[in-house]
Amino acid sequence: MPDLEDLYREIILDHYRNPRNRGELDTPPAVRAEGFNPLCGDEVIIYVQVADGVIEDIKFGGQGCSISQASSSMMSAAVKGRTVEELQQFNHAFRSMMSIEPDPDDPAPTNGNSADVKLGDLEALKGVVKFPVRIKCATLSWHTLTQAVEEAQATS
Amino acid sequence: MALDTAAVRADFPIMCREVHGRRLVYLDSAATSHKPRPVIDAVTDYYERFNSNVHRGSYQLAVEATEALEEARRKVANFIGADQDSEIVFAKNATEAINLVARTWGRANLGPGDPVVITELEHHANIVPWHMLAAEQGIELRWIPIRSDGHLDLTDLDRLLDGARLLSVAAVSNVLGTINPIRQLADAAHDAGALMMVDASQYTPHLPTDVKEMGADFVAFTGHKMCGPTGIGVLWARPELLEAMPPFLGGGEMILNVTKEGFSTAAVPWKFEAGTPPIAEAVGLGAAVDYLTGLGMEQVREHEVALTGYALRTLNQRYGDDITIHGPTEPAERGGVLSFEYKGIHPHDVAQVLDRSGVCVRAGHHCAKPLMRVLGCAATSRASMYVYNDESDVDALADALGEADVFFIE
Repeated sequence: MPDLEDLYREIILDHYRNPRNRGELDTPPAVRAEGFNPLCGDEVIIYVQVADGVIEDIKFGGQGCSISQASSSMMSAAVKGRTVEELQQFNHAFRSMMSIEPDPDDPAPTNGNSADVKLGDLEALKGVVKFPVRIKCATLSWHTLTQAVEEAQATS
Repeated sequence: MALDTAAVRADFPIMCREVHGRRLVYLDSAATSHKPRPVIDAVTDYYERFNSNVHRGSYQLAVEATEALEEARRKVANFIGADQDSEIVFAKNATEAINLVARTWGRANLGPGDPVVITELEHHANIVPWHMLAAEQGIELRWIPIRSDGHLDLTDLDRLLDGARLLSVAAVSNVLGTINPIRQLADAAHDAGALMMVDASQYTPHLPTDVKEMGADFVAFTGHKMCGPTGIGVLWARPELLEAMPPFLGGGEMILNVTKEGFSTAAVPWKFEAGTPPIAEAVGLGAAVDYLTGLGMEQVREHEVALTGYALRTLNQRYGDDITIHGPTEPAERGGVLSFEYKGIHPHDVAQVLDRSGVCVRAGHHCAKPLMRVLGCAATSRASMYVYNDESDVDALADALGEADVFFIE
């Protein structure tokens, strides 16, 4: 079996123990979305505030395993202050790192190449691919954020 | 006489395999049990020697296949103390058996505001079919709460049962292991004019089952948790109920006559078994029943009580306040299902670490989300034991659990 050290990298465990952007935002102006992983009962709640195509603030809540919590934390740190376009590029790059085919329902990046995106800390989640059951834990927060941002844009 | 676990293990071919270079420590029998050689052989033998469709063939092979299917029904009937073979309806699993009752008896007999009573420790299989009837027919769903010790809180039972039409309860919780007082509940249901259904999925594999002693009107269980194949489950019901219930699925096998104008149904139990049944699976279940009878269900239960006691002692002594094991603390009051939380580490992570040592436990909500909410957690790790487990499996679990600290405890 692949080493557990590939899965539980130190940077992941750091985000798990010391989550960034954990909390809530007032709705409105923020939008709230919930994601569930029916397999293991993980729940992620994303609050996101979008203005003029920029993710001004993001918080997350819910309960889940180290991978889903760390992924939420890393994602929130990566996309805060970015544009929705940049988020789409991140999302594509992340999904491709997770070896997931692009979701036809996801908006494609409108410019730029997702291959050029620097995922930074998120790269640490690469080892999850070796544990296929855990991929859904890592992608849950991204699905939920995409949903929240779509809703935010639809209501703005 | 106590079970000879070494001899039992030798009956289960899968026990020879390794996982990640370690011996298989299988502690997930509440999800599904492994299959002993006689069950695997019975299924193979059926396909090699008897395979043909049942009930309508006039040739020798079909006669023998039909006999094999009906022989399996006879074995199951004997195993659970049914009076007649025709009280045994084969279904896909316990979920389908419960849905069968909801969709046939429930649709015919329940209307807006009719109360159906269940408990907070039910599996989704005994919750969602009633939610569906609530949405479709407006039945009222009532819940018997649980106490903090994992037992049902029966303080308000009379009030909950007032006007109720059905009480449907798991005999053993698949999360807490709690053994519920089925006879007492059945008597209370009957006193209130309600029928009693028992979800025996976690009971029949582990304890001697007597449907008459239970006092039940319906009993559902599944084959694959009791050494049988997947794809075969059982609904037992009192014969007069089965007679009066409308059919379930429509199609071949369940009819007496079909015309352009309509149809008439076959006799019980075939009325409820539309289409070609899971013949090989039923034959396998018959072999499983023979196997368990050979071990002796009293011995199976005795083994489970002893091993559960050992597991509770070992884990509590080793980990003290770092481990919380849900459910009754007294082995005699519970099945061999141990849901636990360890040092606040998420169950999915616990299960991942245990897997490295070949230890198979389940992590998640165990299809009992309302119960998880009552327990105040989103998920637990669950180790569940059966006839092939022994103290070395418990020791392996206890050893491997501590390895989670490396990653998650600073």
